[in-house]
Amino acid sequence: MSGLALLIPLALALGLSALAAFFWAARNGQFDDLDGAALRVLIDEDPSAPVEPDR
Amino acid sequence: MTAPARRSCATPLESTTFVVDGLRCAGCISKLEHGLAAVPGIAAARVNFTTRRVRVDHLDEMGEADIVASIASLGFSAHVFAGEEQDASKGESRTLVLAMAVAGFAAMNVMLLSVSIWSGADGATRTLFHWLSALIALPAVAYSGRPFFGSAWAALCKGRTNMDVPISVGVLLTLVMSLYETAIGGPHAYFDSVVMLLFFLLCGRFLDSVMRTRAEDGVSALLGRMPIDATVLTSNGTATRRPIDEIAPGMRLLVTVGERIAADGIVLEGTSEIDRSLVTGESLPECASPGSAVLAGTINLLAPLTIKVTKAGGDTAIADIARLMESAGRAKSHYVRIADRASRLYAPAVHSLAALTFAGWLVAGAGAHQAAIAAIAVLIITCPCALGLAVPIAQVVVAGALMRRGVLVKDGSALERLAQTDTVLLDKTGTITLGRPAVAGALPDAPGERAALLALARASRHPIARAIEQALAGVEAAGATDLREMPGLGLAAVVGGVEARLGRPDWVGARDPNGGTCFRLGNNPVRQLTIRDEPRPDAAQAIRRLNREHFACEMLSGDAAPVVSALADELRIAGSARMTPDSKLAIVRELEASGRQVLMVGDGLNDGPALKAAAVSMAPAAATDVGRLAADLLFLGDGLMAVPIAIAAARRTMHVIRQNFALAVGYNLLAVPLAIAGWVTPLVAALAMSGSSLLVVANALRLRSAAR
Repeated sequence: MSGLALLIPLALALGLSALAAFFWAARNGQFDDLDGAALRVLIDEDPSAPVEPDR
Repeated sequence: MTAPARRSCATPLESTTFVVDGLRCAGCISKLEHGLAAVPGIAAARVNFTTRRVRVDHLDEMGEADIVASIASLGFSAHVFAGEEQDASKGESRTLVLAMAVAGFAAMNVMLLSVSIWSGADGATRTLFHWLSALIALPAVAYSGRPFFGSAWAALCKGRTNMDVPISVGVLLTLVMSLYETAIGGPHAYFDSVVMLLFFLLCGRFLDSVMRTRAEDGVSALLGRMPIDATVLTSNGTATRRPIDEIAPGMRLLVTVGERIAADGIVLEGTSEIDRSLVTGESLPECASPGSAVLAGTINLLAPLTIKVTKAGGDTAIADIARLMESAGRAKSHYVRIADRASRLYAPAVHSLAALTFAGWLVAGAGAHQAAIAAIAVLIITCPCALGLAVPIAQVVVAGALMRRGVLVKDGSALERLAQTDTVLLDKTGTITLGRPAVAGALPDAPGERAALLALARASRHPIARAIEQALAGVEAAGATDLREMPGLGLAAVVGGVEARLGRPDWVGARDPNGGTCFRLGNNPVRQLTIRDEPRPDAAQAIRRLNREHFACEMLSGDAAPVVSALADELRIAGSARMTPDSKLAIVRELEASGRQVLMVGDGLNDGPALKAAAVSMAPAAATDVGRLAADLLFLGDGLMAVPIAIAAARRTMHVIRQNFALAVGYNLLAVPLAIAGWVTPLVAALAMSGSSLLVVANALRLRSAAR
């Protein structure tokens, strides 16, 4: 039982942190353009181009 | 990295969204974003590849037309995205996706505990795990269940019932029963079923919300195109700017070049050409000289005009069309979506079944506890997870498939209506044709004449001149002096010492005054240019396919009979000429009254009422605002093939939806007798529920290649 007392809260905490990460991502528009995000990794960032500041 | 970048600026920025055609790869994204950001007046551009849109933050003084031109110079065609920007991170969809995440998290963790119970955990361990499940499930249900509880409560307050009432009752009763079982240390608690059920239901709800559009007001967009003030000439000759609602019949207005005319009227002085595309959808400008009538909302292209107002404000032709559209839109809102029809049957059936089970067990001599468990098992088993997913998942999958073929579906129910279509009405200008004039052969061959023609054409912004310029791409223009643009006549210049003229046949010197635009260099023979609005490249093919699939097709046009019948013969389609917005609307209503399901395909303001009145409507993305807002589906690009493709895809969707219903109902028919008999354990419920939902999703995924 002592193993459970440690492992169950641990499992729940991990799950909760994933949930928190999802909330953050959804609120930050990470899922607004899924197809575009897959393509954007291929874009070479032009160092001379103005960098758009992230919020 | 995908977070939308915003830039704080001292000057206020306007944000406009455009639908872009031709986005294919990462290179396109970067070309468009960097290219636009380099344009003065544009602060930032952000492409959304999924929805094929680009949002541009720009300075106030930069017009939509300027930005469309900038996008065109980068090699893409774009149209203003009319309607509310649907931001996936906002509103109903976001609430649902967060609720879905919580339910999913809870379902996974409770399931983890449930698996050990199913594997044989017993006694104190089982009770502990049940309590832990309760600890997770209670807050999760309180959070994720809100969309259902709220809607059910609202329905009950009005004395009605909806799909959410049995869901909420089932969820709450199951929770209470499971808590009771946990408290007395009983063997079965259904916490896992409750949260999993909510998770699947929320998946269905979320997909459904993606496919629903918020009401868009096409009429206000139309009236938003009207100028807010006009220049009024007083009797003593002075000019004052007056707001549009002070304009009255009898006043004299001065309309400058490039200005939108504020009221219907008659030209008193000046000769110019009028762009009537907003009102009639006609791409070629019309000549206006003293005595000719002009309409509010049209643009004066060449020279200042003085007009006498005949109708103003709510009496103008454009306001009439707005009223027609408003009344035409009412019929369509009576359509009941297939999912709603299913849910009307569903709620009473489930409740009576559960009540009968409860009564049946009591009559058979069981205790209240056992009877309640059986009744609640019925509620859980009948919960409409698969049913809730059946429609939206199919519509979302097919909307994605259509999007890849350049068809944007604005509302899921449009697919249902499209599948029932048996009659297709097509507008001519801008729908069957491209809506822009093009030179159809017969350009002069001599290099000297070609160079002179280009020199003339380049000097004007007239659509015909533009078309000639395009047809002569690659030719070096000759040097021209003394360039003059004569309103209503054409262009003249001196090229290489001789006079060159491009314009009306009689003015250029042709014997046949009825021919199209003519060109003459010096004393050379007159060249007659054939300028016409070409049909879309695959128009004939698309109409052949529609005929082959037994749709009744007809072409409606506001143009004169000879033009319409020529094109109708070419494309083998029935054609009606000289159609006004009213007569188009009347035809749609007549066909619908005789039991036909009409698909109206049109682009102009003159099609607006018919688009609204038809059971379902499509418009090219290049249509006027009004056409785009009134239509249920938009198609990008130059092809008309999108129309038969969309109908075929919609029919396949309905086929899959019916299969999905059959799967969902069939599963219930199998599982409900088990539940009534009291043989359903949490394990059986979990397997049955996820099994049927996955089956429905897998079946819908077959639609990925439905757009063909």
